[in-house]
Amino acid sequence: MTTGIKGVVSGGTKEFLTMTVAGQLFGIPVLQVQDVLGERKVTKVPLAPKEVAGSLNLRGRIVTAISLRHMLCMDGSSRDAKTMYIVVDHQGELYSLIVDSVGEVLSLPDRDFENTPATIDHSWRELALGIYRLKDQLLVILDVPAMLEKLYVRDENAA
Amino acid sequence: MDDLIQEFLTETAENLNALDQDIVRLEQNPNDTDLIGRIFRLVHTVKGTCGFLGLPRLEKVAHHSENIMGRYREGSLKVTEKSVSVILESFDRIKVIVAGIAATGAEPAGDDSALIAKLDAIYEGKEAAPTAKAEAKNEMNPPVQEAPDSAKNQAAAHAQAAMEEKTLRVSVDVLENLMTTVSELVLSRNQILQILRTQTDSPFAAPLQRLNLVVSELQESVMQTRMQPIGNAWSKLPRIIRDISVELGKKINLEMRGNETELDRQVLELIKDPLTHMVRNSADHGVESPAERQAAGKDEEGTVLLNAFHEGGHIIIEISDDGRGLNSDKIRKKALEKGVATEEQLKAMTDQQVQQFIFAAGFSTADKITAVSGRGVGMDVVRTNIEKIGGTVEMKSVWTKGTTFTIKIPLTLAIVSALIVEVGAERFAIPQISVRELVRLSSSGENKLEEIHGTPVMRLRDRLLPLVSLRKILKLEDVQSEESKARNKQVIVAQVGANTFGIIVDRVFDTEEIVVKPVSPILKNLRLFSGNTILGDGSVIMILDPNGIANAVGNMAAVEAESGKKSEKDRVMSDADRKTSLLIFKAGAGAPRAVPLSLVSRLEEFDVKKIEVSGSQKVVQYRGKLMPLVPFQANMALKAQGNQPVLVFSDGERSMGLMVDEIVDIIEERIDVQITAENNRGLLGSAILHGQAMDVVDVGYFLSAAHNDWFGSKGKAGFEQEGGQKKILLVDDSPFFRNMLSPMLGIAGYQVISSSSAQEALALCNDGEKFDIIISDIEMPGMNGYDFARKVKANDSKWKDVPLVALSSHATAHDLDRGKEAGFNDYVAKFDRDALLLSIAQIGEAA
Repeated sequence: MTTGIKGVVSGGTKEFLTMTVAGQLFGIPVLQVQDVLGERKVTKVPLAPKEVAGSLNLRGRIVTAISLRHMLCMDGSSRDAKTMYIVVDHQGELYSLIVDSVGEVLSLPDRDFENTPATIDHSWRELALGIYRLKDQLLVILDVPAMLEKLYVRDENAA
Repeated sequence: MDDLIQEFLTETAENLNALDQDIVRLEQNPNDTDLIGRIFRLVHTVKGTCGFLGLPRLEKVAHHSENIMGRYREGSLKVTEKSVSVILESFDRIKVIVAGIAATGAEPAGDDSALIAKLDAIYEGKEAAPTAKAEAKNEMNPPVQEAPDSAKNQAAAHAQAAMEEKTLRVSVDVLENLMTTVSELVLSRNQILQILRTQTDSPFAAPLQRLNLVVSELQESVMQTRMQPIGNAWSKLPRIIRDISVELGKKINLEMRGNETELDRQVLELIKDPLTHMVRNSADHGVESPAERQAAGKDEEGTVLLNAFHEGGHIIIEISDDGRGLNSDKIRKKALEKGVATEEQLKAMTDQQVQQFIFAAGFSTADKITAVSGRGVGMDVVRTNIEKIGGTVEMKSVWTKGTTFTIKIPLTLAIVSALIVEVGAERFAIPQISVRELVRLSSSGENKLEEIHGTPVMRLRDRLLPLVSLRKILKLEDVQSEESKARNKQVIVAQVGANTFGIIVDRVFDTEEIVVKPVSPILKNLRLFSGNTILGDGSVIMILDPNGIANAVGNMAAVEAESGKKSEKDRVMSDADRKTSLLIFKAGAGAPRAVPLSLVSRLEEFDVKKIEVSGSQKVVQYRGKLMPLVPFQANMALKAQGNQPVLVFSDGERSMGLMVDEIVDIIEERIDVQITAENNRGLLGSAILHGQAMDVVDVGYFLSAAHNDWFGSKGKAGFEQEGGQKKILLVDDSPFFRNMLSPMLGIAGYQVISSSSAQEALALCNDGEKFDIIISDIEMPGMNGYDFARKVKANDSKWKDVPLVALSSHATAHDLDRGKEAGFNDYVAKFDRDALLLSIAQIGEAA
């Protein structure tokens, strides 16, 4: 892949908001993003699954904060990194994904897209839609609805 | 114009539109009974309301068309085009009259006799007069018989337009959104005002003050959109009362006060039916017939009074009548008959308590208390409905003087008053409605946390209160240090149903009005929370559900009342592997002793100077009575000074104290007692507990040592008259319970055979053994108690007539029903010694 090809691609492009968690670059379709929030107070919810970091108040609505780090079984604590929240809507409920940093909105050509390699860890494969080859790194596109559905299911099993 | 009329007009306009469509559809499907029913109800509503508002002309027209609908409904009249036309004509007339009312505020003058004659003709089964046909053709533009001048029609049209503009149907979602936005605005305003307070001489001061006012007004208005006067729920009552008085030949005056008292629309909808039910009850069963009233020296006309008013964030609705009131004696009789309570229990109850039986499920739904006074039909449903919305019902009744029901309901369901508490670094809200009181734990004195080995309890007045550590059940960190910090903690005494328990928290802040929001779907399974909310400072906070807490710590039924000291943890455990909470103490020589914690009412320490001697018995003044004290061992060296630790065992009015040297611990263990020799009185046997041999104490022995008649008074009396010993079969897989109950039942005068499993018991049955009563545990390995009961009660069983009593640590209403279904005659909580003896005695007498 070279940058030269990019400009002449005939297929469509899609826009993604990028973010990093533990050094890895992720992206989600920009249309799913409701809001991006900076550091704020999160109320812990006792007994909740570990992926649920707590709830926060977004203009009078209660938003459930999901730790992407836990979701994706990634190591390291985000203590030194600045925490950011990306708010998404799923079936009328608001959720915020906790990330280390929020990047920019990229418009990516479809031909740079590839399916998630089968060798990737199972927990990632079911949460990733695919991968974009960027110039200097790879961008993992997250399947936000699948991620939240997974929490639903797990919750029911726990009951 | 009168608000009521205004509302009636809006409602009627809507109804009429619906009616037009329905009746046309009816013409096409003349056999649609649902449709006929709906039309009938709509017309009926219009008629009923007219009667109430004093609109005779409208009422008359509606009444006559309703008659026809009535016959349609019965099926005694066929739906024909002609009849439908006349009905439509009558609806049009109603519209004209309604428009007239809208324009002038009063019924327009006019003569409807021709229309009514036509309606009646159809009602009587004759086809409509020929004129109806002609009119039916232009039904869209009905002739107004009393000089239909166009000016009048125009006025009516204008009036209708004006009416429509005044109210607007807005979806609840929009209102909810508005509410949320306003809440957010209020929060922002609060923050700005907070900043303003730190600044002097701010140029923003004046405009912000104004903003403040405007926001408050806005908030109020938005709240107002959800509110409706309670009169709306009452509008149908006068008619109901009128019908009842006509039907039963009574004279009843319905007085309604506080019509304009407003409450949340949602709440209003929910109380409508219970309210109607109660008013009907008052008129039907409360108020007597004129003759009876005269005989009783009362005014011939009875009064049912409805009164609604605000009181501290709640709406109070009183429904009172000056009728005959509730006859406590009859209820007592009924309660006994129904087996809801025993004679002993009833004797101890006040009239007021007895009257509360009318709220008991199935108390009088199945069977009226008497033919005349059946108040209480469905009262359990009424109570359930009201409690569902966080309300309460109270009743006061004086025989021959009347009855008053007081309903207390929250203003709105969306906003509840909650107590904000802190545990660790987290804050939580607990709905105020389930909070009974707050108690600060102190290091000494009455409110001491007696938490030993993870089973915290507290003395609260005359009982032990089981405690639940919020920190533990929420699995918050820092569990270890909890005990050391116990002294600064607060206990929230919460009541869930009939169960009372204490919730230990670190701090209690304040009460706050909170808006309950549902939790996110991914957190729905956390039953400990009923929702979440945003506090005034903008932070999100979880709302605790006391019900969920009660469930989380297990079935609280066993912790109730007198025997109330079984810990929640123990309950959960005993389900899994039948562990028992045991209180370990030292007394005299030998190994530490163990006694089931569930049998101990209180732990006390008495100053030895206060211990007196009466006869040969040591006694102490305790709660205004003399309580006998029994040393654990006769030769035990008692303390000469300081405090004497005492285990208090209580049974109703009586208490006894067992003097011990030291209370050591509370443990949870599975116990397997081996019976010791006869000479070791006071002990059931020894068991290995905590890796150590311990003596398990036979409480019964000490109880009878203190009061000779301890067990006898209730159980024995009934039996000695019968002559001969009754034979009881005790089925329980736990040797501990067998060993504890057998001597106890023995003391009470029964011959006891015990069996360690259902199979073993059934084998006895096959062998032809005969018993007077069978007592069986529910949770047993192999065959459980329910299956056992079904086998015993099976038609081919030799024991099918033997009364069966279930004994279980689960004694919720559900278990009870299940037990009854399986064939148990009674269901008793495992630790409720009294209930067991009473139950056996009763069943024995009945047999």
